[in-house]
Formats: sequence, C-alpha cells, structure tokens
Amino acid sequence: MMQNDTIAAIATPNAAGGISMIRISGPKAVQIADKIFQPLSGQPLSERKGYTGAYGTAYDEQGEIDNLIAFVYRAPKSYTGEEVVELSCHGGIIVTRRLLRAVLDAGARLADPGEFTKRAFLNGKMTLTQAESVMDLVNSQSEQAARCAVAALDGALYRRIAEIRERLVAQTAHITAWIDFPEEDVDAVKLSFLRGELLEIEGELKELIRTFDVGKVIHMGVNTAIVGRPNVGKSTLMNLLAGCEKSIVTDMAGTTRDVVEETVNLGDVVLRLADTAGIRRTKNAVELAGIDRAKKRIAEADLVLLVLDASEELDGEDIELMRVVRAKPSVLVANKADLGIRIDLDYIKRDFPHHLVLSAKEARSVEALNREIGSLMNLTNLDTNQPILANERQRACAAAALNQIEAALDALSFGMTLDAVNLLIEDAIDSLLQLTGESVSEVVVDEVFSRFCVGK
Amino acid sequence: MSYYLGEYDVAVVGAGHAGCEAALAAARLGVKTALFTISLDGIANMPCNPSIGGTAKGHIVKEIDALGGEMGRSADATFLQSRMLNLGKGPAVHSLRVQADRVAYHTLMKRTLEQQPGLEIRQGEVVDIRLNGEGAVTEIETALGAVYKVRAVILASGTYLSGKIHVGEVSYTAGPDGSLAALGLSENLRRIGVELRRFKTGTPARVHRRSIDFSKLERQEGDERIVPFSADTEGVLKNKVACYIAYTNAETHRVILENLHRSPLYSGRIEGIGPRYCPSIEDKIVRFSDKPRHQLFIEPMGLDTDEMYLQGMSSSLPEDVQLTFLRTIEGLERVEVMRSAYAIEYDCCDPTQLLPTLEFKKISGLYGAGQFNGTSGYEEAAGQGLIAGINAARKIQGKEPVILDRASSYIGTLIDDLVTKGCMDPYRMMTSRSEYRLILRQDNADERLTPLGYEIGLVGKNRMEKLEKKRSGTEKELARLEKLVLPPSEALNALLVSRETSPLSTGVRAAELLKRPQIGYADLAPFDPARPEVSYEVAEQVEIRLKYEGYIKRQLQQVKQMRKLEGRALPGQGFDYQEITGLRLEAVEKLNQIHPLNIGQASRISGVSPADVTVLSIWMEGERRKRYE
Repeated sequence: MMQNDTIAAIATPNAAGGISMIRISGPKAVQIADKIFQPLSGQPLSERKGYTGAYGTAYDEQGEIDNLIAFVYRAPKSYTGEEVVELSCHGGIIVTRRLLRAVLDAGARLADPGEFTKRAFLNGKMTLTQAESVMDLVNSQSEQAARCAVAALDGALYRRIAEIRERLVAQTAHITAWIDFPEEDVDAVKLSFLRGELLEIEGELKELIRTFDVGKVIHMGVNTAIVGRPNVGKSTLMNLLAGCEKSIVTDMAGTTRDVVEETVNLGDVVLRLADTAGIRRTKNAVELAGIDRAKKRIAEADLVLLVLDASEELDGEDIELMRVVRAKPSVLVANKADLGIRIDLDYIKRDFPHHLVLSAKEARSVEALNREIGSLMNLTNLDTNQPILANERQRACAAAALNQIEAALDALSFGMTLDAVNLLIEDAIDSLLQLTGESVSEVVVDEVFSRFCVGK
Repeated sequence: MSYYLGEYDVAVVGAGHAGCEAALAAARLGVKTALFTISLDGIANMPCNPSIGGTAKGHIVKEIDALGGEMGRSADATFLQSRMLNLGKGPAVHSLRVQADRVAYHTLMKRTLEQQPGLEIRQGEVVDIRLNGEGAVTEIETALGAVYKVRAVILASGTYLSGKIHVGEVSYTAGPDGSLAALGLSENLRRIGVELRRFKTGTPARVHRRSIDFSKLERQEGDERIVPFSADTEGVLKNKVACYIAYTNAETHRVILENLHRSPLYSGRIEGIGPRYCPSIEDKIVRFSDKPRHQLFIEPMGLDTDEMYLQGMSSSLPEDVQLTFLRTIEGLERVEVMRSAYAIEYDCCDPTQLLPTLEFKKISGLYGAGQFNGTSGYEEAAGQGLIAGINAARKIQGKEPVILDRASSYIGTLIDDLVTKGCMDPYRMMTSRSEYRLILRQDNADERLTPLGYEIGLVGKNRMEKLEKKRSGTEKELARLEKLVLPPSEALNALLVSRETSPLSTGVRAAELLKRPQIGYADLAPFDPARPEVSYEVAEQVEIRLKYEGYIKRQLQQVKQMRKLEGRALPGQGFDYQEITGLRLEAVEKLNQIHPLNIGQASRISGVSPADVTVLSIWMEGERRKRYE
C-alpha cells in the first residue's frame, strides 16, 4: 500500500438526504478534480486557495454527469492533512457512482476502508487518544467490506473475473512447470498459443470493463435482515417500517422468491430490509433450508433485527437464533408486547444491549426503532457505501489486470523471454486475486502440482 | 552412566549438507565447533539423486558460494556432468545443474571438514539437549553417555530423526541409505518444547550398469562450455560421463496398478506427508492416469562404481514388484537391482517456531537447518546450514544476526517462507516462489551477496577484488556502449533483417540496439572495432542489464517498497497482540504465533489481512508518539 498516492471514496456514509459527497485526498487531489470538473467561473481548482468552493459541472467520457460544488482544502489544512477536494452532488446512487468512477478513471485509487481516517491520524490530524477509535474503525469497516465482497463474489460479475483468473493461472502454471521442471515432459510453451490466449483474455477484460454497469442496479443502504421464527411478527414489523414515507420497493432480480426486499429511509439512514417471509414449516427439509437461509442472510447482513414474541416464553429456536445473531450489530425486538409479557427480559437483555419491547402494530413504535437503530449505527460505523465500493473494487482490479496483460502482450511482441513475460502475467493474476486475498505464488504452485506430472 | 567430555561453542547435530555448511561457517568465524554424526561415512552423503543444482537450486548453490560456503567448490571439484538448464527461457531462470560423483563428494567434504582448524568431528548420536534455568541450551549428551557443555546447538538431523524405512509390506527403523536412525532425540526435543511433525520422502532403485542395454536409450551429454558454481574455481572444466533417458510403458503401469495394494502409502501405513513435487512412480501413474508413459533418467553414481541411479522411479512398492516393473522398461529388460527403492519417514519441526535467523524463538541457542526445518533438497539444506552456522557464531560473539530478506536471495526467500508461512509438505525451492526473480539471478549472486560474505568474514579479499573487477568492467563497458553510435550499414542491416528485427535508417547507440532481444553482445563485435576485450561474465552482465533494464528497474522499485515495510520493527517475543485494539481474532492468533520481526513479515502471514496491517501501523505510530511525548 502506497502512502503517497491519491485516494477517493464516497464520504457521505448513510446515503440518506439529497446530497452525496466524494472526497479525494492525496498529492494529486486537485489535479484529478480539475480533469473532470468545469467550474462556471472558468478558474481551475488548481488556482484556488484552500477553504474555497466553486460551482460547476462534472463530466466523464459519456458527457455531463451533474452540476456540483467542489471544495478545495490545501495541505496540511484538511481533514487528512493532505491536499483534499470534496465534490458534492445532488444525485442519487447512479450519479454518485458515475462521479466516483470518473474520479477513479482520472487517476485516483479507491480508498481502503477507514483510509481517510488513517491518513488523518498518521498526518497528526488526530490526537493520540483517537488512535484506538481509528483502529476500531478500520477493523469494522473492512469487515463490512469483506462481507460485501463475499456477497459480490456470488455474483455473475465475480464469476467472470474468476474465469479470467483461472485462464491466466493455467497459462502461468504451464510456463512455471516448463521453467521449473525443464527436464520433465512438460510440453514446451508455444508463444503463438500464449499470445492467442492473452489476446482473448485482453478482449474479455475490455468487454468486462466496458459493460460493467449495464443493467446493473447497485443496492445502497444498510443490508438489514429481519429474522425470527414464524408468527413472531416479522412481516408486521416490515410493514411498519415500510409504511414510512419515501419507502421505495425494489424488485430485486436474482433473489429467491421467498425473500422480500424493500429500501426504507429511517431518519438518517437507509435500510435495505429483507424478510425471509415466505418460509413456512411444512416439512422438516424445508424448515432446515429456512434456518440455513436465515443463517446465510445473517452472515451477509450488516444489521440484524431479531424479532421474538414477547407474549411467549423463549423456545429452543429463539435461543439458537440469539446465539447466531449475538455477534452481529443487532437490535432485538420483543414484539407483541400488547398481548402481555411472558418472555424472560433479563435473559435477552444480557446479550443484546440494543433491545426494544414494543408492538409492531402501533405506529409510534417506529420512533423507538429509529432511535435504537440510529444509536447502534453511530456506534458501529456502518458504512452504507460498501456494496458500491465492493463493485468499484472489482472494476479497479479488472482494469489493473488489463494493464498488465497489455504489458505482457507488448513484451511478447518485442521478443522478451518468458521469465519476464511470466512476471507480468503473475502481476495480472495478483490484481484479480486482491478480491480474495490469496497469494499468487501459492495459487500458481498449487496449480503446477495439480496439473502437471512433474518431479523426480 | 554419563560423563563429562568437553566444551564447545557450537555443536552441530548431523553432517549432511546442512550440517557441513553450518559447522564450517561457525568454525571459520572463529568459534569452537564440533560436528556430531552417527557415522563419519555418512558425511555429505547424497542418499537420493547424485546431483547438485537445478532450477532455483542452482541459484542457491551460487548464493552459498557468494557468501563463502562450501557446496559450490565441492561440486565443481567432483562433478561428472554439467548442464545449464533453461537456456532460451531468460537469464532469470538459467539454472546450473551437475551430476556429482557421490563418493568423491563425500570424501572431499570430509577432508575439508577434517582440515578446518577449530572444528572437531565426532562420530556419535546426540540423544539429549539440555537447557539452563533461562531456557537456553547448555549441554548435549550422546548415546554413549558423553556430556558436552555447549553454547549453541544446530539441529541438522535430515531424515535420520526417528527415521523409518518402508519397502512394500516391510518397514524398519533406519536412517537413509541403510544407516542407523537417531532414536532418542525426538522425545527429548518434545520435552524441551520443540513441536515435531512427520514428513516422508522416497528414493528410487540403484541398478548395475552392465545390466542396462544403453543402445535402446536416449543419450544426454553435458554442456560444451561449462560454467562453474564457485567464483574460486578456475581452469577448463570437462564432462566425464553421459546420462540416459528411458520411458515407462503400458505394461509398467499395469504391473504397478495391479500391485498398488502392496504399497504402504496406499494401505495407509505411512502417516508422514510426502513432497508434492517428488511423487513416487505409483503416485504419478494413479494421479496422471492419462499419461501413456513417464520419463526416467539413468545417471551414474560415480566414477568408481557401476551403480546407476534411476531418477523418476521413486517407489515404496515391494522389491519383487519393483524388479518386475523395472524389467518392463525398454533397455532395462535384464536389469539387476543393487539397492531397492524405499520411502522414508522422519521427524522434523514446524519451522514457524523459528526466527529468520533459524534460531528457535523460545529456546535461546538452539537452531534448526535443512530437512529438520521441513525442506527437501541438498541445496536448500546447505543454504540454511550456512545461515544457521553464521548466526550461531555471531550470537556467541555478541554480533548482530544476519537475516537475508526476500529481495537479497533465494536463501532469504526460502527462510522467509519457512518461518512466516510454514510448510505443509517438504518445501522445495522453485523460481516461481520468488517475486523478485528477475534480480535474483544466478549470474549476479556474487554482486548480491559477496560483499555481505566479506563483511561477515567468510569471503576473502581476493573474491572482493574479483567482484570489483566484474562490476567496474560492466559499468565501463555499459558507459562505452551508451556513447557508441553505430551507423546504418549494409552488413549491420543484413544482420538485423536476418534476425527478424527492423533495419536501421539512421545511426543508433549500441546500447539501444542491444535492448532488442534478437541481438546479442557478440553479434555486434564486427561493427564495434574499438571493443575492448571483456570477460564472459562482463559481457553477460552488460547484455542482461541492457535487455532487462525496464524490468530490473521495476523490480528494484518494488524492493524499495518492501524494504520500507521491512524496516518497521514490531515488538519482540513477549508481546501479546491482544493488546492492540481492532485486530481480528485470527490475526491476533497468527501474530502471537509467528511474532513477525517487522510489518513486512506480518503482511505475508496468511490470516493477517491488509486491514490488520493498517491497524498495526496506526498502533505503531501511536506508540511512537507516546515515546515522543
């Protein structure tokens, strides 16, 4: 990780409200902003002093993105202590993403989780006592990022990237086996074949990057799972939340038919709600599948609303769910309080600092939920941009890999030996492996020994 | 009854390739050293293939030589056939490999050890290593009851430690090549806190030369121009033997498959983990069942013997099956087996218990080297022995330890992999394991390591002078070629066109022209009448430096980044990473287990994520500020 490069990310964490802001920080922040931003005044940002703003329009290759305000901060007088430009736009998710993309294409690198704060600390912008909270932030945000990456890994996009990676690994493994076991009968690497493969892969990467967004809706907001055994009032709670103003119902393609998803603005935050509503206990196998699915939902969720029936005593399934949910950012909702309270409140309070006893039938319960979720979010630094960033990370990895493949093709055309070409292919694989954090060397060595009969 | 017999600074346990280098290095650095071996006749034995070098391994031998080790010199003096492998695949992967005379190598190495002042060689089996109250090694005891006071011990027990040989349904306690196993030591090592595990390896049969029909085999000659391993080796080197290639066939495979149930590997009697890159012939046939034939090399074991080694035919099948399947091979129809193939299991340590100095983190003065550390191969062993020997001596002398980083050498890469990632099966060095391989070439091992060897005190002044000559010769010639402008001429353009590269229309600097992969330094001699006479080594450096300039620059940049992280030291052994807020549980566990020396090493531990590394660096900055305030 370079210390001196320029990073960018969406800096308005909770996605609610009309304004999104993208922060660019690093030595080239102003230069990068100037590439995409046309101020109305005609004066480029590079000629501006710190603490000044300009109104203008941002552009990418397709044309105008949005009208926005760019605010310049000069080092060291900025949040991170570096050169910083903040771009504030009015747009929703699509516009914000397009703006971020334009900034990345202009030379910024997507910030790692917590990286702005980390830089602020390393540049002496924060006191020593803040160090621990910075460390917690990096930790919690990177876990969210990892969760989103896992969710993204299931996707079609990741599968395409994985296929390309496999093809590259196969080429490198062949070159490696041929180099490291020169006397075994490994077929000689045919340069024309290698070039053909790399050309095809280059084409696929280009196509992948070109069609990255087409038809794809990125879901923003806190990925929230509502779980609980049947008939505790999950759907009522969902309806209660969905009944809020501004609720948008999205029809999410590719999800299982028995998961209902809605996006809901709740005070300052956007929740992406999923309720495993359709699952009914009919046969054992279905019940098991339901619990498994609930567990999977819990694992992927940023926030879990665990619903229990306050009018009944806890049963085994409740306790099992509490055990699974405990480690996640979660709010325990003891519903049906209007029917009398038979649940062991002391028991549930022990593991769930965020808990509510309410009746989802009553509209005023929304406020209590709102408060509780708001306070939890502030404590855990949930960042609702993560699904978008996971997606942008994939694109950045694909773009880096494309660069390396082009370099490898150039080297081949120039007539460079395979020791050098192979390193470039390995760099491309390394870029694609950053999504999963595996090491190139191990992946290649494993492939060599599984595919080639080498060794004496 | 035990009795006190003397005192040494360093005791080396085992006289294989690791032990020999360790003992020589320690003694040469001026500490009183003893080398213990179960049998003096097993010194520097090659119980597997009679060859030294090969891909990445040849690099290691060159590095050992550059640091002042012995393996390269001994191999040069006793080789039978030499080949530079991988010519045409790029200078980074050119690899020197020789067939060695097994007995001559042993005899020469034994003689070198015998003549080393300050080094005593003792036949004896070390059965116990004792610690003092502070947990530092203080005494060793042999099987005969002799007790020696010691300040450091280097364990280089190879495949001897609780060794067990398997041939078919028969298994028995033994070291390699039918020697005695080291039996008492394992239990006592566990008692002092060394975690042991069981690995397995194997070796093929040796057969009688007269029983082979060479007319049916492919013959393989050595190189005409032989490059030595050692910078000390001078004069013209000559090949003495040829090797041969044979192939298995469908009948061989049928015999093996029909008798698989008699293999201890398939019946489950072997528990040790074998190396992936050294499969037995039965493994190859089962795992790659679509291959119609497998290749085997037939290599002489020495000039004074008719024993021939069958590379590629390692097996643990019973003797009768071995004989049957060998006789199905064309050219081996009447083969006489002299030694049967066998598998051997042995105890070794989990190398993540070691520091990059090869000293045990928790036992002061105890070092591990070679197969004991989970590696395989004579070269890998010798490289580690050298480093363990150097560090044991320096510790006793109160000097800073020597740690080779990944960008310095294959030896450094090997040790870093071992102590940072550990190994799940016997570790063999491969060029693909080095991310810096374009600068870790065998042709520049001297530039990379000889100055260090000189500083440590293992390399003499003459070697530094040689290196200086090579360096200044290279720089001078590079500077000259940068200035020299070659005008387009009919002859030059004819050459360029014949090499399928574009002809010149204007004059071009020679350095620029040499960047073209199609044009060699020697090719330009006719167009460069003022060219001074340069050595082969200088010409090679000039050519590589010009052709790979961009790649080398890029790698040097990566090295700079890596060394920055490597320079940021983390807290020592006693520190508990649980104290750092924000690290994930898995990272805490791994960091507490490995205790990396610096941020760079931490970032290579599997289970430590980039976010954990960020947390570590923020924490370190916080600590720095606390100290400052």
